[in-house]
Parts: sequence; C-alpha cells; structure tokens
Amino acid sequence: MTVISMNSVHTPVAPQDGTQPMVSFRDVRKSFGALEVLKGIDLDVMPGQVAALIGRSGSGKSTALRCINGLEKINGGELTVCGRNLRARDFELRELRKEVGIVFQSYNLFPHLTVEQNVTLAPRKVNGLDAAESHALAAEVLEQVGLSDKASSYPEQLSGGQQQRVAIARSLAMRPKLMLFDEVTSALDPELTGEVLRVIGKLAAGGMTMVLVTHEMAFARQVADLVVYMHQGRVWEAGKGTMLDDPQTVELRQFVGSGL
Amino acid sequence: MDYVFDFSFLESFRSEIINGVRLTVMLTVVSILPGFALGTACAVGRLYGPRWLQTAVTIYVEAIRNTPLIIQVFWLFFGLTVLGARIGPFNAAVIALVINTGAYSAEIMRAGFQAIPKGQLEAANCLAMTRRQIFWNIQLPQAAELVYPALVSQFILMMLATSIMSQISVEELTGVGYQVQSITFRGFDVYLVIAVLYLALATMLRLCLHGAAQLAFTRLRKLRTPL
Repeated sequence: MTVISMNSVHTPVAPQDGTQPMVSFRDVRKSFGALEVLKGIDLDVMPGQVAALIGRSGSGKSTALRCINGLEKINGGELTVCGRNLRARDFELRELRKEVGIVFQSYNLFPHLTVEQNVTLAPRKVNGLDAAESHALAAEVLEQVGLSDKASSYPEQLSGGQQQRVAIARSLAMRPKLMLFDEVTSALDPELTGEVLRVIGKLAAGGMTMVLVTHEMAFARQVADLVVYMHQGRVWEAGKGTMLDDPQTVELRQFVGSGL
Repeated sequence: MDYVFDFSFLESFRSEIINGVRLTVMLTVVSILPGFALGTACAVGRLYGPRWLQTAVTIYVEAIRNTPLIIQVFWLFFGLTVLGARIGPFNAAVIALVINTGAYSAEIMRAGFQAIPKGQLEAANCLAMTRRQIFWNIQLPQAAELVYPALVSQFILMMLATSIMSQISVEELTGVGYQVQSITFRGFDVYLVIAVLYLALATMLRLCLHGAAQLAFTRLRKLRTPL
C-alpha cells in the first residue's frame, strides 16, 4: 500500500482501475549540500509502462532515476517503488534492489569474471541458485540479449555494445519487476547504440516496466509510453511521445530544436 | 689470483646446511599466509573501519615500516621473555615476520582495493549483494590480482629477511653459514654457497607464487596476461 504523508500537498494521481503505480514520486526533493537538484517531482509509472526521462545535463533526470533504487536518498516528499515506501522506517534497501534492476552508462561489469559468472553471481549469492539453475538462467538471459555465444568470454574481450548487453542480462537475471537505464548508450558509437536499443526495445515490447534516462530522442518517442521532460529539477512537461512533436513550453521546444 | 675454492664443507656440514634450508623455508611458508591475511584485514580496517580502527592500523603500519625488522625481533623476543612468556625463538621469529609482512602488505592491498572502480561496487550493491558477498567475490580477488606483482616482491623480501633470525638463535641458512665459516675459515666459499641457495629458494618461491596466481586468477591464465 502506498502511504501518503499527511503533510503532502500533492494529490496523488489515482489510477483508474485501482492498480498501484510501480514508481510513484510525490513532491520528491533532493539536495546535494546547498544545491537543490530535485525541486519537487511528481511522477507515476504504472506496471508495464516505459517512462523516458529527457532533458539537459543538470536537469536532475539521472538523480531522479538513481533515487528510485536508493542510490540517492531523497530529502523530502514521498517515493514509493514496487509498493515500498523508501522513507518508511522499516524500509529494506536490499529487498527493494532484488526487484529493481539498473544498468549504468559505464557498464560496471566485473572484469575478473566471465560473462556467465557476471550474470549469475548475484542470483547464486543473493537468491541461492545452484550451479545447474544458474547455468540455465545465464543461457536464458544471454539469449535475450543475443550473446549466447559469449558466455565464457571475459568483459575485456567484448565490444562496448556487447558489454552493455551483458550488463542488461546481469540485471535481468535477478528477475526484476522494474528496470532502470541510466544513459546506457551514451558511451557507445551509433552502430553499437543500435544493438543496445534493440535489446531495450524488445524488453519494452515484452511488458517490462522501465524508466530510462536517455539522449536518444527518436528512441524515447518510439518506445516510451510516457516521456518526461525535466528542466531545472522539475518535471517541466510530460506526456506521450507525440508531445515532442508539439512542445507546450519554450524550454522543451528549444530542447527538441537543439537536436539532442 | 690463484684462489682455490674448497667446497668440501658441503659434505662435512651437509645435515646442518639442509636443516638451515629447511628452517628458512619453514619460516617463509608459515609466515606468508598469516602475514597476507593480517595485511588484508588491516587494509580493510583502514579503508572501511570505524575511526579508531583506522587510527590503530595507521599507527601499526607506520611503527613497523619505520623501524628495523631486527629491532622488532629483539623487542618481541626479549620483551616477551621479560613478560614471562616462553614462546621459543622460532615462534618469536614467525610472529615478528607476520607482523612485519602484515604492515607492508596492508599498504599494498590498500592500493589494490582503492584501484577498483567505484561503479563496480555500486553495481554489486544494486544487485542486492551484501557487503560481505561483495568483499569476497568482487573486491578481494580483484585487489589481490591488481597488486600481485608487488605482493610477490614483498614475500620474497620477507624470505630474505628471515636471514636475521639467527640473531635470536634460529639457525636458518644464514646462521648455519656463519657457523660453518667460523669453523672452516672458508667464508668466501661458504657465503657463495649460501647466496646460491638463497637464489635458488627465491626462484622456487617465485615459481610457487606464480603457480598460485595461475590457480587463483583464472582470467589472467585464460587470457595469457603476463603476471
């Protein structure tokens, strides 16, 4: 159950059919020292939805994403993810992280482990899978990202695009309810970007709930059910991908026009 | 120059020399793993421990690195005797070597832990792994791999440093050499042999450590990265 704090001035957007949002921001604030990066974010991501956070550097989109799995602690407001209130006294970060996968711009694979070991380490240690189970799991998720033939390779033997797909497989192996993607193609050249985006697109089509921070506007427009334009720590404009064709605010018009 | 080498002492002091080699090997083998473990624990304490532990480790490391090993050995050996503990010279030597190696490998391992990109730890955290799981599966193997060449040097230095233990009557190789030359007066020949034996032991130790690395660091073996 979502708990709305008594002093919250924002009325939550009540879902029509009674399903709870997978991610729910209510007036979420986050500061780094004196710098307020999130100045009251309201946002709902429903199960099965794909939300794309777009905006300029420093707009707070990555911070917002990182708050979702507790990489950044919020300073104000309410944040509920997978039915867990991140500011509740009995909140267990590790329990949340079992359900929320995240993929980073810099892959962050474990270089001393093979692709299969990278993918199965957490399922074995955290979820207690045995050797046979984890081997089958690796085969399944590597198939999903199109890297079945790379199971015994080491990360340094792979291209950037392949490494990023391994990172996606590694997250998928935890069977997450929600996937977060933090500018996952920013370090890749256009050709490799394509192969990573295809994998993400396939996941989206398969019904995975996702929040992604991206600079790939065409991709956001095509895949996202909800495009969220962030500006100066606020949700400036949000809507379907088509909103990018008809921006309501000067800032979004300029942002779209700048060709980012 | 018409010096004639005389290695006949090799025959007459054979069992002493063999015992000396054995003691040197024993001191080394017994001290390496505990020294490494102590050093790793200290590195972790200094990096992630509470404030008091960080201070304690820093004091320990600096105290050991800035005093001669032989003084540490004497202090420990005679100090413990004053305290009434009778641990024997061999045990005192091992304890001193472990403490000494621990301090040096603490700094080496600290460098290794610090060299691991933060993003990896963030990723592991996000996979819901516990700190303990992250340490054993991600941090320790990589840190050890990154600084392995420095560790090997440190362990070989430690083996060579066992040569001072004859000062507390542990008759290892150097001690035996001193005895033999004081009886035969063939110092030049004797210490040549002793030096060659140390060279052989150090080479063997290096080979053993290389073999251990081949077992421990699978990736380096498979990718044929030189150690």
